[in-house]
Amino acid sequence: MSDEFYLELSENPVQFENASSVNNVFFDEANKQVFAVRSGGATGVVVKGPDDKSSVAFRMDDKGEVKCIKFSLGNKILAVQRTTKSVDFINFIPDYPHLEFSHECKTKNASILGFCWTSWNEVVFVTDQGIEFYQVLPDKRTLKLLKSQSINVNWYMYCPETAVLLLSTTVQGNVLQPFAFKSATMSKMSKFEIELPAVPKPAKLSLSERDIAVATIYDQLYVMYLKHHSRATNSPGAEVVLYHLPREGTCRKTHVLKLNTTGKFALNVVDNLVVVHHQSSQSSLIYDIKLRELDGALNVHQPVLPAQSINPYKIHLTGPAAAPSQAPVPCELYSSSWSVFQPDIIISASEGYLWYLQVKLQPTLKLLRDKGKLMDFLLRRRDCKMVILSVCSQMLTEGDKGNLSVVATVFDKLNQVYKEYLDAEQAYTAAMESGPSRSSTSYKRPVRTQAVIDQSDMYTHVLSDFTEKKGVKHKFIIAVLMEYIRSLNQFQIPVQHYLYELVIKTLVQHNLFYMLHQFLQYHVLSDSKPLACLLLSLESTYPPAHQLSLDMLKRLSTANDEIVEVLLSKQQVLGALRFIRSVGAHDNISARKFLDAARQTNDTMLFYTIFRFFEQRNMRLRGNPGFNQGEHCEEHVAYFKQVFGENALMKLATA
Amino acid sequence: MLMISPRMASGMQEKQYAPSLLSFFIYNPKFGPREGEEEKKILFYHPIEIEKNEKIRNVGLCEAIVQFTRTFCPTKPAKSLHTQKNRQFFHEPEENYWMVMVVRNPMVEKPNKDGKPPTVEYQEEEIIDSVYGSVLKQCYSMYKLFNGTFSRAFEAGGVELLTQKLEKFFYRYLQTLHLQSCDLLDVFGGISFFPLDKMTYLKIQSFVNRVEESLSLVKYTAFLYNDQLIWSGLEQDDMQILYKYLTTSLFPRHTEPELAGRDSPLRPEVAGNLLHYGRFLTGPANLKDPEAKFRFPKIFVNTEDSYEELHLIVYKAMSAAVCFMVNAAVDLSREFCEQLDSLVGPQLTLLASDICEQYNINRRISGPEKEPQFKFIYFNHMNLAEKSTIHMRKTASVSLTSVHPDLMKILGDINCDFARVDEDEEIIVKAMTDYWVVGKKSDQRELYVILNQKNANLIEVNEEVKRLCATQFNNIFFLD
Repeated sequence: MSDEFYLELSENPVQFENASSVNNVFFDEANKQVFAVRSGGATGVVVKGPDDKSSVAFRMDDKGEVKCIKFSLGNKILAVQRTTKSVDFINFIPDYPHLEFSHECKTKNASILGFCWTSWNEVVFVTDQGIEFYQVLPDKRTLKLLKSQSINVNWYMYCPETAVLLLSTTVQGNVLQPFAFKSATMSKMSKFEIELPAVPKPAKLSLSERDIAVATIYDQLYVMYLKHHSRATNSPGAEVVLYHLPREGTCRKTHVLKLNTTGKFALNVVDNLVVVHHQSSQSSLIYDIKLRELDGALNVHQPVLPAQSINPYKIHLTGPAAAPSQAPVPCELYSSSWSVFQPDIIISASEGYLWYLQVKLQPTLKLLRDKGKLMDFLLRRRDCKMVILSVCSQMLTEGDKGNLSVVATVFDKLNQVYKEYLDAEQAYTAAMESGPSRSSTSYKRPVRTQAVIDQSDMYTHVLSDFTEKKGVKHKFIIAVLMEYIRSLNQFQIPVQHYLYELVIKTLVQHNLFYMLHQFLQYHVLSDSKPLACLLLSLESTYPPAHQLSLDMLKRLSTANDEIVEVLLSKQQVLGALRFIRSVGAHDNISARKFLDAARQTNDTMLFYTIFRFFEQRNMRLRGNPGFNQGEHCEEHVAYFKQVFGENALMKLATA
Repeated sequence: MLMISPRMASGMQEKQYAPSLLSFFIYNPKFGPREGEEEKKILFYHPIEIEKNEKIRNVGLCEAIVQFTRTFCPTKPAKSLHTQKNRQFFHEPEENYWMVMVVRNPMVEKPNKDGKPPTVEYQEEEIIDSVYGSVLKQCYSMYKLFNGTFSRAFEAGGVELLTQKLEKFFYRYLQTLHLQSCDLLDVFGGISFFPLDKMTYLKIQSFVNRVEESLSLVKYTAFLYNDQLIWSGLEQDDMQILYKYLTTSLFPRHTEPELAGRDSPLRPEVAGNLLHYGRFLTGPANLKDPEAKFRFPKIFVNTEDSYEELHLIVYKAMSAAVCFMVNAAVDLSREFCEQLDSLVGPQLTLLASDICEQYNINRRISGPEKEPQFKFIYFNHMNLAEKSTIHMRKTASVSLTSVHPDLMKILGDINCDFARVDEDEEIIVKAMTDYWVVGKKSDQRELYVILNQKNANLIEVNEEVKRLCATQFNNIFFLD
């Protein structure tokens, strides 16, 4: 059963003291830190981050109820908001005085809605009348105003990944004004309007921050709007509307995710998938905005998989109430005490847990029947490699054999990604070689994602096992191998020789030599020395392999020595000599090697011819027909004399 | 080796008679071992009108010759008998089954003055044993392709069935033997392969594999384009004879009506929403015809071991022809043919235009005018690949050559010389009228080149051939 749950909570959650009357809990999305503030900080503040290093514990004076508490990036400066007028700061930089200083917002009569850190020392105050961008000077214990902007603000939302701040403006609150922050600068981006399902009369605040989330999906910033079911529009269910927010240019509505139900929802983004949690049905849906729907309007998406609950989770009770050996108890999923944060965080403040939401890919294999769609889906996931490889293995060896066109589709999809990576890598190498100074844009080495499944992966994890599997028809094995080679060729990816060897091995095993011959004839199995040698080894079972091998060596044009060896081993001494002469390398060959071979044939006329050839070569090269000491031909000279007589030796021409 | 051809041009008034078939018979000595039962040995005799005793005499003579020559070499009895007027060829394709073909030598009729009857001069040396020996072997292979072996027929239905089959087959087949135009190519029985780039070839592979997967009845597939082979799922020997049948009989039969404008293949069929040009060359001529018969020719393959009987379905779209071979035990229905048509038709049409496009691209790259116009025949014993720039398009009736028969004869002679030894060889012949004929043999490959260069000397001819090898055969290991 458990392999049906495709969503799960992380194994190692961040645990903190649960919220209570004496313990307030805060979460900072930028640093992903949970603050447990006991008694306003007087009895301690415990900060737990995603890893142990970022955990901090300290005390501070209780100066009133804490509304918001956040570290700047790198835990350098702590900011605490206790009133609507000011924010207090405490240095956490070593060697700086650990003293609080306070800063009031500059706009009169404005009340601070909150603040966000944009770097280790830059902070934005968001007030109901605008924003104020400050640089904190910890040594002087003051703040310097960098920029401010006045605008009526209903509420705000900050995306730490992109440092984009989103402000809700106008009476209805549906006009959103984004600002981007980057090293002491603040830039206003173009505002946009969220389409409300119904316009209330008289106008009142109609867009709640609960229905808006900001996240990066496939490296692009999106504003996600949870558009509730409206009786007026007669729509079948709620939807999530995605607005693409580019760095430059206008924001556009780009995707609609159909939820097909109503109720309370929460959003996460995990591995570039939009996850929509539905509380009343205790289940979640996932959407991939890159997955094209075959039917329906463009960019209207249905869930990739059927709705499913998050994998049941058990927690160990801790604290004084729990006995040490007590069995873990099931955790209540989709609890109303859950808070969901972007991109992938779920917090249960009442239980003191912070989880990361994760997508498990293995269950998708069963749930997504269409292999092409499944591949599209998997190739875009982070930890997809082994799952993809297992899909390939299954597709080939399962009882319900995927038919060849499915196999072809899958291979093509894999090789498309593989080729893109190879091209990027090549472009990078080329750019590096041409000199990094010349190129204005700095080239980044392409990242090899797990989706890049190369030939060696396919060979090791899929094909070599598959070809040895009992009970699979050899016709199918060969068809699959050829299909993979076809796909590689189609994407102009050079095929590695071990794939050819696999083809040859399979063909030879089933005595399909004529097929092999035809493949070689059409150069489907590309030439290489290893392949030529493999063919040579097949000669005893299939004599034509000899010719095929020689042809291949000839085409390689770098294998002249091998050709000579092959011919000599066949006692074709004259042929070897004629060949080496035709390629113009006869001045560098070893006379002894040829004479040895000629002697072995027991053909004295042949020996004579070969001997004479080398005498002539010696003459031409050194002006003397005799052999050099280093050539070790004494034995052959003696034999020549013995058979043909001393006089037969070539004489030095006398002038 | 340099030889000067002794032949001279013939006179004008003479009448030349090409070699022709005198008789053709098949016998098995075991079927009538006793005296008085000799007739039982004879399984087939052409021409049928020959008187019984003469048949018996002729068979007896052949038997005697074979028996006699066997005493000299038990494993290799006589293959042919040369006489002044004719030449007899013997072939024992199956144990004790003998096929004999008697060919009348070509002759010249010289008119005599003074009203005397013309003198007939037989040209005994004009016929090449290897050429007609091969023709005889081909007769058997073709019979076997469509009928299986002699012994199987005998086992199944005795002499009666066997003689029935032989008569039915050879009565028609012998009429299609054109002994006057047999030449070196008959010795090779080669296959012309269609030159193709790797990617298109792989697409064809993929097509064949997918069709075989979806139509699981299909056991073997062969793919041809422009009457040239691209892929064979059959073993080489079976493909060799099937190729011969397709290219010399089936395809020409369908091309000629096409050329004549009847049965225009350019009327596309619509399957689903796809236009296609596919049609059956064997089986139903028109699928929509309610009277259509779904009978296909049957062929026998792998007769040495598994002995399979198969339906031969030949399906063509534009220049691409595919043979699908299905176990003969299965009855092929209208549904199957319709399924095949709708599956294969559109794909094959697309593939055919792909191949055509690729072929034109490749031809443009290599440049058709760049290569010198050599007349040559190339043959590789290993894969039976054959390439001839001497022969024109084959038709059902005759194969046309663009060179004088005398030159073809020289090619045949060189081939015989090559067959005698295993070593690589090269023979250059100076023929009459400024022709040079060069034969080269390297490992399993043979190349014959005919050059017509006025006043060329041996060295120049050699250089010319080297140039040809460098341009045409640079991707194979061909010793020069």
